Amino acid sequence: MSLGPYAPFIVTSYLLVSAVVIMLIGWIAIDYRRQQRHLRELEAGGVVRRSGRSATDIK
Amino acid sequence: MTLIDLANPTRFLTLTARLLPWLAAATAILLAIGLYQSALAPDDYQQGATVKIMFIHVPNAWLSMFVWGVMSLAALGTLVWRHPLADVAAKAAAPIGAAFTFLALVTGSLWGRPMWGTYWEWDARLTSVLILFLMYLGLIALWRAVEDPSRAARAAAILTLVGAINLPIIKFSVDWWNTLHQPASVMRMGGPSLDRAFLIPLLVMAVAFSLLFLTLHLAAMRNEILRRRVRALQLIQVAQSSQRPA
Repeated sequence: MSLGPYAPFIVTSYLLVSAVVIMLIGWIAIDYRRQQRHLRELEAGGVVRRSGRSATDIK
Repeated sequence: MTLIDLANPTRFLTLTARLLPWLAAATAILLAIGLYQSALAPDDYQQGATVKIMFIHVPNAWLSMFVWGVMSLAALGTLVWRHPLADVAAKAAAPIGAAFTFLALVTGSLWGRPMWGTYWEWDARLTSVLILFLMYLGLIALWRAVEDPSRAARAAAILTLVGAINLPIIKFSVDWWNTLHQPASVMRMGGPSLDRAFLIPLLVMAVAFSLLFLTLHLAAMRNEILRRRVRALQLIQVAQSSQRPA
């Protein structure tokens, strides 16, 4: 597969899209872990939901 | 399970926990197929190999508008039906929509330089998409600036619906004004004008990116629900500590 004289434009486009998609996935995964950690810390400190159910029990 | 059941955040979390691994796998498989087909697609007789940028530029451009459409429906859900997940859906979609719009702008710019001789032109299509990107950033800033989620939800919903006026402007800008950007070649009267060799990889990539959006959106909605639980528990903690005798 030859990309011709405009290869830098094509390769940069694909790399950029890959980078942004990976950043989005990473950001969402890190955010999930952060929220789970906050909830565990609060529950460990004796703070519970009004329903009495665990806030981290979502499966 | 009915749609009403999904109004319950706990049920939504349970359902999406089961659904997300399948969605992520389907997205990865379809993206791999789409990228393989894009790599094998022939060069265009005029644009040469730069036509390969189309396979990522067009899905991002479609999604930039589609995500705002989803947010507009969610805005109606917030203002009219007061659906408990409507604002969660809109808030979770905004950064993803902003990322797709950014990618549409930059890949378009990288495609434009070799084809048009310029990275940027203040024509109707490019400018209206830039305005869409700025509106995404404005909405994200609004959600961050207003501390009370219910007040932020109403303001963001109104802003989203006002911003939806930009969607038909973007879509028809190439017909209404003389623009450097080419007119629609897939969603047009009389069917697509693209050859099958380009159309099939493009459609596969469009479905793959749509699945990517769905996967990321559901995951981001789960995070937003958890964030609101954290906030609720923190408020309970503050109330408990203020009731304790000094």
